[in-house]
Amino acid sequence: MIDFEANALIATYSAMAVYTFAFILFTVDLAGRSASEGQSAPTRWLRSAMAVTWLGWGVHLSATVMRGIAANRVPWANMFEFGLTATLALVGVFLGISLFRDVRFVGSFITGFAILALGIVATNFYVAVTPLPPALQDYWLVIHVFVAVLGTGFFATGAALSAAQLFQSSREAGKLNTRNWRFLSAFPHSDVLEALAYRLTVIGFVFWTFTVIAGAIWAEHAWGRYWGWDTKEVWSFIIWVLFAGYIHARATRGWRGNPAAVLSLIGFSAVIFNFTIVNVFFKGLHVYSGL
Amino acid sequence: MASPPRSKGYQPNDLHESRQEFDDANAPVKNRLNQPILGPTLGPFEFLRWAWRLLTSMRTAIVLLVLVAVASIPGSIVPQRLADPNGVAIIRDSNPDLYAFYESVQLFDVFTSVWFSAIYLLLFISLIGCILPRTRHHWNVLRAEPAEAPKQWTRLPIREVVPFSGSANTALDRAAVTLRSARYRVVRDGNSLKAEFGYLRETGNLVFHIALVGILVTLGFAGGFSWHGQRLLVEGQAFTNQLSSFDTFNPGRWFDETNLDPYAVSLTTFTPKYVSDPVKDVWMPIDFTADIVVTEGGATRTEILKVNDPVHIGDSKMYLLGNGFAPVITVRNPAGDVVFSQPVPFLSQDSNLTSVGVVKIPDGLAKQVGMQGFFYPSAVELDSGALASNNPEPTKPTVTFNIYTGNLGLDDGTNGNVFQLPIDKLTQIAGRHTGDEVVLEPGDVFALPNGLGSVEFASVSRFIGVEIRHDATQFGVGLSVAFLVAGLLASLGTRRRRVWVRVTPKGLEWGAQARGDDPGLETAVGRILSKFLLSGTRDKVTRT
Repeated sequence: MIDFEANALIATYSAMAVYTFAFILFTVDLAGRSASEGQSAPTRWLRSAMAVTWLGWGVHLSATVMRGIAANRVPWANMFEFGLTATLALVGVFLGISLFRDVRFVGSFITGFAILALGIVATNFYVAVTPLPPALQDYWLVIHVFVAVLGTGFFATGAALSAAQLFQSSREAGKLNTRNWRFLSAFPHSDVLEALAYRLTVIGFVFWTFTVIAGAIWAEHAWGRYWGWDTKEVWSFIIWVLFAGYIHARATRGWRGNPAAVLSLIGFSAVIFNFTIVNVFFKGLHVYSGL
Repeated sequence: MASPPRSKGYQPNDLHESRQEFDDANAPVKNRLNQPILGPTLGPFEFLRWAWRLLTSMRTAIVLLVLVAVASIPGSIVPQRLADPNGVAIIRDSNPDLYAFYESVQLFDVFTSVWFSAIYLLLFISLIGCILPRTRHHWNVLRAEPAEAPKQWTRLPIREVVPFSGSANTALDRAAVTLRSARYRVVRDGNSLKAEFGYLRETGNLVFHIALVGILVTLGFAGGFSWHGQRLLVEGQAFTNQLSSFDTFNPGRWFDETNLDPYAVSLTTFTPKYVSDPVKDVWMPIDFTADIVVTEGGATRTEILKVNDPVHIGDSKMYLLGNGFAPVITVRNPAGDVVFSQPVPFLSQDSNLTSVGVVKIPDGLAKQVGMQGFFYPSAVELDSGALASNNPEPTKPTVTFNIYTGNLGLDDGTNGNVFQLPIDKLTQIAGRHTGDEVVLEPGDVFALPNGLGSVEFASVSRFIGVEIRHDATQFGVGLSVAFLVAGLLASLGTRRRRVWVRVTPKGLEWGAQARGDDPGLETAVGRILSKFLLSGTRDKVTRT
């Protein structure tokens, strides 16, 4: 009998190791490109970085699947599992987009974020597989959390691009012309970054809308009301409103561009806050997610 | 494709500008603030007009959205009366000054507070002020012909000349057919075509925003007809659906007691299942099942009530929200007559269901007696001598009491909190720290000091906490949300594109333009062109 639970944790750490290797390759590529002035073509390191990221994602996927088999349910019922699956979605979204558009330049951000997130959930939030309390035994767990995971993946990639856009536009305005920032020459123009960030964030917004709706339907089943301003509901609402603000800001003169990007980053901070601080320190009905 | 102008630093074209390029100039535009705002010499009418424009401007909408988000934050930090009444009570008891301050600025009711309501009402007024003119304009656009081609075709991002055989007339007809099959609206205008696609974008956008108003209106009106109440139900007990049967009841604004459907529910048995978590060494519940009997309209039926699985009764639903133990306590006077005998629900405090409860005996004994009880389903003695429970199942059910006499404070007609005893105003006569411990297992009887009477722990039952809820808003909100999602998807998934075709000496000249950035425009137009060329070959083939 294979011990899926233990293997899932081993695979999680292995995925982190592979991602770390990919992160180094991505960084070497950026360094190589900024070293040669005016020459911003991808180096040979980039292809290997992508290959290693795919490999890491495969290991990551196996970790997630094994965790699901060990628990005999979807692998997103507590904070460790949510973190595991959400980072899988994040890297998956990045790899998926890279099939259509060249977004490899954010590779070091994505792999770096994945390493950090996996490290935090595996060391701080790890819990052994436990049976689900009655309130979590519902098919809405599958839907509600899955769309939340996907939405988080898109928000994170969008936020990475928004951050890149902010740096890039500062550089374009001549504010960041030191050698340290030369790697940004490997990045597309801020307009391109902005358009791509918007597209991804809007997809994230659609998923988040579904998350809130699915959560409301589930809340109606479990607690008798679809909306009760539980702390988690409050923060899901705040996130939704902030990204709605971002979408409007993008269509408004004076807000479009950098101010809108800042709004998007604030929105993503709220996503992270909702997952970490709200889960750990706030009181509410979602607390039995049991870390 | 032309790249957007970058002369202004990073400030891509505003919707407003692109709109002027794309639509007719008198289209209503959310952001009118870039028009010069008049100076301070405004008359009352102009002032109102200025205020209205300010309120309905997109910038104001963004600021209000951010304000709604910020104003919600206290609602997650300060306990809310709606979501966490217990947390409010804790602050009231532990920090009266803070409580008074929070109360004065409505921080316990953030989402119904004056200041939160002011923000979202302004936001919705701004929203309505925006969608009304936009709806009117879109209605006109839907009925109008596609826009005229720009005077200078050189400004169009996509232009292509396609040679054709046969007459210009048939070629234009073929172009029109091709465009229509790509779901463009096409109008022939002499020797040219004007075509437009993507009306659904604005339609979806408007539907989305109107659906938001729909949610708010439903909550405002249908919410008044909603009601919900809670009730603890012990095994063997029945509950009739009337106001006096509820432990707590929250009526909507327009609730009327005659709204309550006549029915009765009794709890037959409640069965929890627990498994041991070997890692954390705790018991975890994996299933709660309540077997209930519903009597409604003269008919009786059995139902199973579970978490996540409410039971429909009449126009309301019953939810299983909590459970616990209700020890059956019997109190007798010195003559041996029963003055109190009933199951008393105890509230559980931990995962092994150590529970606390209160028994109040205001009448029947020489003095008023209040008992603060602790229930341990599986009692074990700790090293300190205190009891604890090591299993949520009743393997060794034990009740301990601290017993008091004095004024229970029930004489003013109010029931008080059934789970609280005003112990600081009472005199303890038995229990912990009195040298006269009261530790009872089923069947045990404790003789009260001074010949007051006796207390018996007869047996133990289980109880469930149910919520019964009639939510009149569900239908309206559900419908609005369905429209909201449909509108959102339609709006975000549709691109607005315009295509013009005119006859030139070299062939048919096609020009296309999109609203906003549209990297797919070139591909989409390319597909239409190849389809057009293909239809030409087919023509030739059929002709030969």
